[in-house]
Amino acid sequence: MTTTGTNLPLPQQRAFGKTNRTDRWWLKPLLIFLGFGAFVVYSTWAAFQGTNYFYGVGGADYLSPFYSPLLFGVAEAHPLISVVPEGGRPPWWPGWMPFSTAFFILWAPGGFRFTCYYYRGAYYKSFWLDPVNCSVGEPRKGYRGEQKLPLILQNIHRYFLYVALIFIIILLWDAMKAFWFTDPEGIGHFGIGLGSIIMLCNAVFLGCYTCGCHSLRHLIGGRKDCGTCSGPSGKAYSCVSGLNSKHMMWAWISLFWVGFTDFYIRMCAAGIWSDPRFF
Amino acid sequence: MSKATFRISRGSGGDLTPEDYEIEIGEGMVVLDAVHQIQSEGASDLAVRWNCKAGKCGSCSAEVNGMPRLMCMTRLEDLDLSQPVTIEPMHAFPHVRDLVTDVSSNYRAKKSIKPFKPRKPDNADGTWNMKQEDVERVQEFRKCIECFLCQDVCHVLRDHHKHEEFIGPRNFVYSAALEMHPLDTEDRVGDLKKDQGIGYCNITKCCTVVCPENIKITDNAIIPLKERVVDEFYDPFTKLFRMFKPKK
Repeated sequence: MTTTGTNLPLPQQRAFGKTNRTDRWWLKPLLIFLGFGAFVVYSTWAAFQGTNYFYGVGGADYLSPFYSPLLFGVAEAHPLISVVPEGGRPPWWPGWMPFSTAFFILWAPGGFRFTCYYYRGAYYKSFWLDPVNCSVGEPRKGYRGEQKLPLILQNIHRYFLYVALIFIIILLWDAMKAFWFTDPEGIGHFGIGLGSIIMLCNAVFLGCYTCGCHSLRHLIGGRKDCGTCSGPSGKAYSCVSGLNSKHMMWAWISLFWVGFTDFYIRMCAAGIWSDPRFF
Repeated sequence: MSKATFRISRGSGGDLTPEDYEIEIGEGMVVLDAVHQIQSEGASDLAVRWNCKAGKCGSCSAEVNGMPRLMCMTRLEDLDLSQPVTIEPMHAFPHVRDLVTDVSSNYRAKKSIKPFKPRKPDNADGTWNMKQEDVERVQEFRKCIECFLCQDVCHVLRDHHKHEEFIGPRNFVYSAALEMHPLDTEDRVGDLKKDQGIGYCNITKCCTVVCPENIKITDNAIIPLKERVVDEFYDPFTKLFRMFKPKK
């Protein structure tokens, strides 16, 4: 039996799920499991579709955030690298592998969220049950934490942050384009559709989540012991700390909204509903 | 006056048996009041550690209805008294008797942290100049009352018994208070990674949940320390940047 340097033994590990807690301790991990699970299932399905990611009816320019920046795709969506038929694939892509241009995109925000400090704590509880909740017995006896492989790789988080910050700029650009409609004569003009507002909210929410990142908080000023010695970074640190204190809230709002944005554009593109124009 | 039942773990050396005590309770009572009443009414040999009854000494830590809490700060009106209220000793430490545990491992772990090492004084009279906002960050950590509830709830200690490899949330708070102090010049980052096992923390935030002083242990102490470990050991670009940074 393990001891702590005294002659007295430590209490034995409790069985999985054993606790004297009287509250509904299982509810939060269950809701997180369902929330994450639903998003992973939907985003995987949406990524594999490879179609209906762009809505251009009435001169609109709505691109799903799951496919932005668009590398390969339909001509009207202005792909960055080459134009292939919708649902088609670049010639170098292995024929036996399913293709979607979203595959080139989703690894970055997916990696950022997977290694995010908030999400780590949440999915260790809800998916790994390690522990399922505070002071509740665990299913496994062995434990390596993030001290050893494979979870030591979570330390890569700040690299995903750098990529995620670039994505925020791209999504803001997409949101600006969503307020710019092209009339039949090919002349662009300012306009507001429901999709424009949804895409703008998406970029703002994702920005609030990304800019509240613990790694950014550290890099922008937290690594210094003297905040006032570092000039503007002291104020930036305060701003990021403000967002960081609501990191969980922004994580969930942005997660839901990015999925909803894709869903909205997908439904518009599929003709299920049309985008109302306010201006 | 109404009655309530308290199911208290009794025994010594880890051999515990729950025993029920029914007492009359009054308005404003806390769990520690109930334990004292049980002591005075029939269980005079019930062992419990307590001192200030004001949530400042950190002595009366226990597990009330399965959650680590200070007994003196847990009001009966916040508990469901239709069921017996369970009171147990902390599970992360060796059991001594009834509600008393041996928390000395926390003090031994604390000794492994390098002490405060201030820079040379700024002034001829041996004093330093600091701005309030620079010390505010570490002020939060100084609120810790060493109740060890965070150590108790941490599954790395509680369930996995990594007492020799992992110093636990309370000691990370102490380390953060020193490491982030604007006057301190000591480097504790290597110790945090190698000997003090900060990598074992998987950020479940249970320590923050139970802290009676509302210290944001995970967000403000552990994660910033983890990021300093990343700077030192897992980020080649930061290392490269430091190599070319002009020395002061």
